Amino acid sequence: MSDLRERATEIRRIAVSLIDGAGSGHPGSCLSAADLLAALYFGELREGRDRFVLSKGHACPALYAALHLRGHYDRAALGSFRRLGGLLQGSPTTSIPGVDATCGSLGQGFSIALGLALGFRQRRLDGRVFVMLGDGELQEGQIWEAAMAAGHYQLANLCAIVDYNKMQSDDVNEAVMRLEPLDAKWRAFNWHVCAIDGHSFGDIASAFADARTIRDKPTVIIAHTIKGKGVSYMEAVPSWHGSVKLKPEETRRALADLGVPPQRQPEYAFHG
Amino acid sequence: MADAGFVPSLIGTTGETLREAFGRALTGAAARYPSLIVLDADVAGGTGTHHFRRAHPERFLQLGIAEQNMVGVAAGLALAGCLPVASTFAVFALRTIEQVRQSIAYPRLNVKLAASHPGLDAGPDGASAQALEDLAAFRGIPGMTVVSPADAIEMTKAVPAILDFDGPVYLRTGRSPARRVFDESYVFELGRGQVVRDGVDVTIVACGVEVARAVDAADLLMRERISARVVNMSTIKPIDDALVATCARETRAFVTAEDHNILGGLGSAVSESLAKTVPTPIEFVGVADVFGESGEPEDLAVKYGLAGPAIAEAARRALARKRSL
Repeated sequence: MSDLRERATEIRRIAVSLIDGAGSGHPGSCLSAADLLAALYFGELREGRDRFVLSKGHACPALYAALHLRGHYDRAALGSFRRLGGLLQGSPTTSIPGVDATCGSLGQGFSIALGLALGFRQRRLDGRVFVMLGDGELQEGQIWEAAMAAGHYQLANLCAIVDYNKMQSDDVNEAVMRLEPLDAKWRAFNWHVCAIDGHSFGDIASAFADARTIRDKPTVIIAHTIKGKGVSYMEAVPSWHGSVKLKPEETRRALADLGVPPQRQPEYAFHG
Repeated sequence: MADAGFVPSLIGTTGETLREAFGRALTGAAARYPSLIVLDADVAGGTGTHHFRRAHPERFLQLGIAEQNMVGVAAGLALAGCLPVASTFAVFALRTIEQVRQSIAYPRLNVKLAASHPGLDAGPDGASAQALEDLAAFRGIPGMTVVSPADAIEMTKAVPAILDFDGPVYLRTGRSPARRVFDESYVFELGRGQVVRDGVDVTIVACGVEVARAVDAADLLMRERISARVVNMSTIKPIDDALVATCARETRAFVTAEDHNILGGLGSAVSESLAKTVPTPIEFVGVADVFGESGEPEDLAVKYGLAGPAIAEAARRALARKRSL
């Protein structure tokens, strides 16, 4: 668990630094998802067999951090984020080593994950497919088309994770478009539902273990999270959702909150 | 995954429709392409894929009336190593345009999208069912190949060629019986147009059901001693620039004919090609940027200026422009 916590913290440091270096990106969304990504990439995912789809593609700085830490590309490659001719595009795409699906338009990654799970079943492969959805993303109609189909096909090899940080681009979910009762919605679509604290590695591990035991339904893990988690001034402040340009002082404070002392902060300067 | 005994209710007029030919060709290809999987959004009886469902129920995937999800699932299946062919009606394919762009074309996945009921050929269901924009929309997506065969023979030959091609393809089929243009000896080549009828005065470039009508026009023009060349341009993207340029040099007047809006489809593709090779007078036959209405396809073709006489008239205009140069 302490290893996962360190990995998650490193994902957060790199994600914030990538956004700082690029001059744009979505920090709040990366920070809420970091613990879940650490649990996936340093625990649950079996490399070469399972797949992960980041349907909320705007959180890709956190994904890119995890993939770097898994050894898919070196630290120098991180400097290419959002840069002309660079490897790390503004949204995840399969030309990037380790990225399993091209995402960036909300709702679409979920259908791709469903197709992967159906394809694994068709080809009698034992791979499992994990897909992370944003809460605001659940407002896309395509999500519920895919949810209905996954329930219909009883796809037990599909596990969705909702990064339920309660905020979206413009405001809190509740003000933009109410999602509740969220667990009842998924149950009504014939999914197995697990609600957890998305920052508790014990909860996350239990939910993944639970999902593996379900044989006749897809599982959705509704992970209650805090937008901006780990950076004090970003936590639960909706304005950190959208693509932002971090000021030097903001980056300095964020890295300090994430345990990087000033003298070590230059190690996180990814400026291409 | 489906009940093989189910009798579909959407099968239209019997005969050599493009959709029937598509469904049979797909079924015939199943053995050669073991990873082939066919996706449907509750219109298999209408698209011809019911033939595949009956023969290979285990390789037929029903996604319900949810086309956007179907297209995304096709992308996922391709990533899992399958060869997916998703099929629906052309108007509903239009609602997947962003999914095709983002989930399929951008990562250049090997997914085929086959759409029936395009154009006024969709007939009595009226304007809401008559897709007049699909060629323009799918042509506009980077890296997308767009194909619209002329008859059942060409469809039969095009399907395996498209399955052999590694990349995203939009394939336009058709609802109504399509008149025969080719015989069994026809060889389909992706990206190549074919001269169906030779001529020296004017070139009529057509696709889909308009190819047979272009031949009608050539017959009409022959009575006036006008020698019209008819070209079947079934691959609209990438367009056969070499053939367009050759025809332009040899006939110096062009007409395009398509069951589609005159904006953005075959006429635009041929114009772009001419403009960069051999600028040539060109006239456009197609639906004149209006919506259609209910009616039988042949009656609609007459009313909306897609039939042989309208193509012949366009050829006369092109010839007059050529002579005034």
